[in-house]
Amino acid sequence: MTTTLTPVLSAHWDEADSYTIGAYERHGGYKGLRKALTMAPEDIVAMVKDSGLRGRGGAGFPTGMKWGFLPQGGDKPHYLVVNADESEPGTCKDIPLMLANPQSLIEGIVISSFAIKANHAFIYVRGEVLHVVRRLQQAIGEAYDKGFLGADILGSGYNLELTLHCGAGAYICGEETALLDSLEGYRGQPRLKPPFPAVAGLYACPTVVNNVESIASVPSILTNGAGWFSGMGTEKSKGFGFFSLSGHVTKPGQYEAPLGITLRELLDMAGGVRAGHELKFWTPGGSSTPIFTAEHLDVPLDFESVGAAGSMLGTRALQIFDDTTCVIRAVLRWIEFYEHESCGKCTPCREGNFWMAQILERLEHGNGTEAELDKLLDICDNILGRSFCALGDGATSPVTSSIQYFRDEYIEHFRRGGCPFDPAASTVWAGGKA
Amino acid sequence: MAFTEDVRARLEVDAKEIIARYPKARSALLPLLHLVQAEQGYVTQDGIGFCADMLNITAAEVTAVVTFYTMYKQEPAGEYHVGVCTNTLCAVMGGDQIFAELSEHLGIGNHETTEDGRVSIERVECNAACDFAPVVMVNWEFFDNQSPETVKRLVDDLRVGNDVKPTRGADRVCTWREASRVLAGFPDGRAGEGVQAAGPTLEGLNLARARGWTAPAAGESNEENDQ
Repeated sequence: MTTTLTPVLSAHWDEADSYTIGAYERHGGYKGLRKALTMAPEDIVAMVKDSGLRGRGGAGFPTGMKWGFLPQGGDKPHYLVVNADESEPGTCKDIPLMLANPQSLIEGIVISSFAIKANHAFIYVRGEVLHVVRRLQQAIGEAYDKGFLGADILGSGYNLELTLHCGAGAYICGEETALLDSLEGYRGQPRLKPPFPAVAGLYACPTVVNNVESIASVPSILTNGAGWFSGMGTEKSKGFGFFSLSGHVTKPGQYEAPLGITLRELLDMAGGVRAGHELKFWTPGGSSTPIFTAEHLDVPLDFESVGAAGSMLGTRALQIFDDTTCVIRAVLRWIEFYEHESCGKCTPCREGNFWMAQILERLEHGNGTEAELDKLLDICDNILGRSFCALGDGATSPVTSSIQYFRDEYIEHFRRGGCPFDPAASTVWAGGKA
Repeated sequence: MAFTEDVRARLEVDAKEIIARYPKARSALLPLLHLVQAEQGYVTQDGIGFCADMLNITAAEVTAVVTFYTMYKQEPAGEYHVGVCTNTLCAVMGGDQIFAELSEHLGIGNHETTEDGRVSIERVECNAACDFAPVVMVNWEFFDNQSPETVKRLVDDLRVGNDVKPTRGADRVCTWREASRVLAGFPDGRAGEGVQAAGPTLEGLNLARARGWTAPAAGESNEENDQ
């Protein structure tokens, strides 16, 4: 095995008080902020650019470059908005991070806000995670008490207010412009781009929207240096990140590793696919990333390699499905999800997912025809690239990739007039029984 | 039922505190709706009217927002709202069976509430705990690694009033209305309860410790790290 795990954000999660500011400072927390406050904001932006950090929320846009897009010298306030609306099916990294170590996020927010010259930052957290909300409330309170937030932070003359904002249940609010509409008190529907949030974001002011893990990684870059960060990972996908294994794997969980690790390596660490079964298909980065199969076990999990192999790194949400799982059942449920979560703004996504769910339901129950596979692909063709935002585009991923790799399984369903799989065999309590 | 003067006066104090958190008042609408839901258990016409008054917008504008977000209930939710994840991963791992058995056990369907008003159930989408599948939420607290048996026992306990403890959350699950108030931005002082992390969250860290794996030390350059 060539790659090893590199716990940075998770390094002290096994200490019972890891979520307190005391524990955070005990392990060097807020050193990065002290260093940042001695630097020029532009130099911090340059440092984050040099580190090669790319957005950890799925799209992988270079974080420092995003910061650099903010127009300077205008009279409008700047805002930092943290996207903590983690809702992409399979994605489960930001929630445990905020539960166990919210201070890494708060420190990252102060550094990042200072770098982009913002005096008000927001955390938009999904509402369905009550205890995470409590932990964030406490962490923000502790940071104010210690002088890391508020007026004249650590005597630097820099002021920052931080507001925690709870969402109310809408996957679309993870899309950055829909998130901004939601934060402004409206239905969360995406905005036309351009203008991008960097120019006209929250309240039409220059705004940076970054994912939790991206921002939480910033203090480690300040503390250890851009070279330290870029020394991990691959040529164009630098640094470390969480790889979240779930499903039919012996030891599901969070594995913090350099980008470029492979699923084969991760499965070795996690005890393999559950006993007595074979890997059938998996998502590299959530339900919006085309599925992979066993032939992709050695694809380096970095942005470029996963892209070249026909999918996307996304959020490194590695959902593992073994040979007991019906791929059509899985895809149907994902499309029902997109149908449910479509905001309704654009026709391709609103109508396309509605029709695809009906067709997939017929196919799953063995009532389809081979012509309907072409119909599905045709609908996908009308959604992908024609939707208003990435939610619609993403919905086509499971459909097209499952037909690409498992066309025979679709055909077997209507040849037999039903699903050949027993759902009971896929459950946790079916265990490793063949 | 309209708010009494006392209730309205109390809510106005809270509402002003919420509005003050934002550069623009309208941003306060989502937390204000959590606030009125905390008061009445769901979002009523009176709650909508109150939010509209506070923000100087119309009831229609507020209603448009209420109907967009799944966490705002337009019918009374149970005192304990049970969400079973039936998105693909949890569904396959057993969430479908859990929901079916739970629904039969309680004699109610999706988005329905037991006659005693204690428990309502809902099929929820992915709640970001896939490594703990199958996952069930009660008033948005995590109940990880569930089975049909554990969930049926859970709702039985909730119905008779036994204390119930989330796997990663507070020491005791609070009521739906109490939870909504926290989401409106009023801490309940329970952040220090419960674990910091559990099970799968620590799987990678535990393995790294066992094998002596760490991230490179600061100052190690690209070349030095090239093993």
